[in-house]
Amino acid sequence: MSAASQRPKPLPTPETQHFWDGLRRGELLLQRCGDTGRAYFPPRPFSPFTGTRDVQVFRASGRATLYSYVIHHRPAPGFTPPYAIAVVTLEEGPRLMTNIVDCPQTPEALVLDMELELAPTPLDEEITLPLFRPAKGRAS
Amino acid sequence: MIAPGSVAIVGAAETTELGIVPHLSEIGLAADAALNALADAGLKPADVDGLACVGNFRPQALAHYLGLTPRWVDGTGVGGCSFMLHVRHAAAAIMAGYCKTVLITHGESGRSRVAGATRPPEPGSLPGQFEAPFGPVGPPTLFPIPVLRWMKTYGVTEEEIAMVSVVQREWASRNPRALYRDPITVADVLNSRMIAYPFRILQCCVVTDGGGALIMTSSDRARDFPQPPVYLLGSGESVEAQMISQMEDFTTSRAFRVAGPEAFRSAGITHADVDHLMLYDAFAHLPLFGLEDLGFVPRGESARFVAERNTAPGGKLPVNTNGGGLSYTHTGMYGMFAIQESVRQVRGTADAQVGKVEIAVSHGVGGMFAASGTLVLGRERPS
Repeated sequence: MSAASQRPKPLPTPETQHFWDGLRRGELLLQRCGDTGRAYFPPRPFSPFTGTRDVQVFRASGRATLYSYVIHHRPAPGFTPPYAIAVVTLEEGPRLMTNIVDCPQTPEALVLDMELELAPTPLDEEITLPLFRPAKGRAS
Repeated sequence: MIAPGSVAIVGAAETTELGIVPHLSEIGLAADAALNALADAGLKPADVDGLACVGNFRPQALAHYLGLTPRWVDGTGVGGCSFMLHVRHAAAAIMAGYCKTVLITHGESGRSRVAGATRPPEPGSLPGQFEAPFGPVGPPTLFPIPVLRWMKTYGVTEEEIAMVSVVQREWASRNPRALYRDPITVADVLNSRMIAYPFRILQCCVVTDGGGALIMTSSDRARDFPQPPVYLLGSGESVEAQMISQMEDFTTSRAFRVAGPEAFRSAGITHADVDHLMLYDAFAHLPLFGLEDLGFVPRGESARFVAERNTAPGGKLPVNTNGGGLSYTHTGMYGMFAIQESVRQVRGTADAQVGKVEIAVSHGVGGMFAASGTLVLGRERPS
């Protein structure tokens, strides 16, 4: 499954532009709370843990595990069913919604807690989506 | 804190027709329900001085349409449980003296889509940036995302979850207004068309047109109305995250864990006091999360509790006795229908009446575990 142009396209805002800029370079950028050191997502210019505006952008490892998913069996713009809509847990803690590529879209292949790695996938010149694939050497 | 039973529901009704109603628009359905609830309470629109509603029409649209001049309005919109929050907010407004007689109304053309609206997320919104690009198409693709994690955590099987749909169809068969009334089996559920694995179509709510409305006033006036009052004993509300991907734990709803216990505390009741329970079921896992997060069963035991027929006709804890969103009706914002069934059960007028109901709990969800509201309703005003 590749990111097709019919997919709903995100529109970056001033608070999220750095995240999308990072993905265009193949980097997954998170933010860290200056008070607690905890990473958070989605991007915002303050910490959801303490409210501090002392926050840092940093590059995440791109490693994640599969938290949960559904396999959608009906048509959707830009997708060929069946396709999985997944939520992954990043190594740094935050979770995000994504799709799992380079992997059969079946319950047998998509095993909860399987290890994944970032697969930056260009949608167009502006937007690269943070998709994930089974981690190399550990693919099912 | 408002004393339990200070405020009562003195009028309650659904739309004249329910299910497939292509000859009414959304606001028309809301008005039809409102007029029916007013008639139930023996009131005219001019008697209403407070209005709460949610949907594609704002309070100002509905007030003008119905010819109301409210002194208090609430347009809280947190999804299908908004009506639970409206009841809670109306109680506070009545006790504060902001208004005396509140109309809460719902109408939605969920199936026929007459003057309704569904919009994809705004591309710059957080769901537009961080969920929409990955292919969700409405609630059936989002709400069930936590299910596999919850199943793995507690070792729950697909067969056990399928019993939710089976049991609720049994209840629906006792309700002439239910959209689907024919009995189904676990095999029927598991063999029905796959929508978003692990959920099949019989684990997703029906899609209907309809509405419902409530009239609330202070309990000091409640005896002046033709129907027996249904007292609000307690309530709770909360929100968690708009995006299901950001829900902190896929095995439990934080919004449920705030709203539910607050409702029980403010009512001064325990689980053993509850004679009847409504658990908003847009999808089959919601009553299961509700049973666990409200503390009726230990974590991970809800599916077996249902499979062992505890919530079924004849069971010790009747749940979703109208057939629920899975079989009775689901316009899009089902919470109003959960409250309507609670009111009928407390009044003793339900089609699937479960005996004398002293205390009923109506628990709602909004968005994809994004919001929650819980009401405790009672037949007697605590002295």
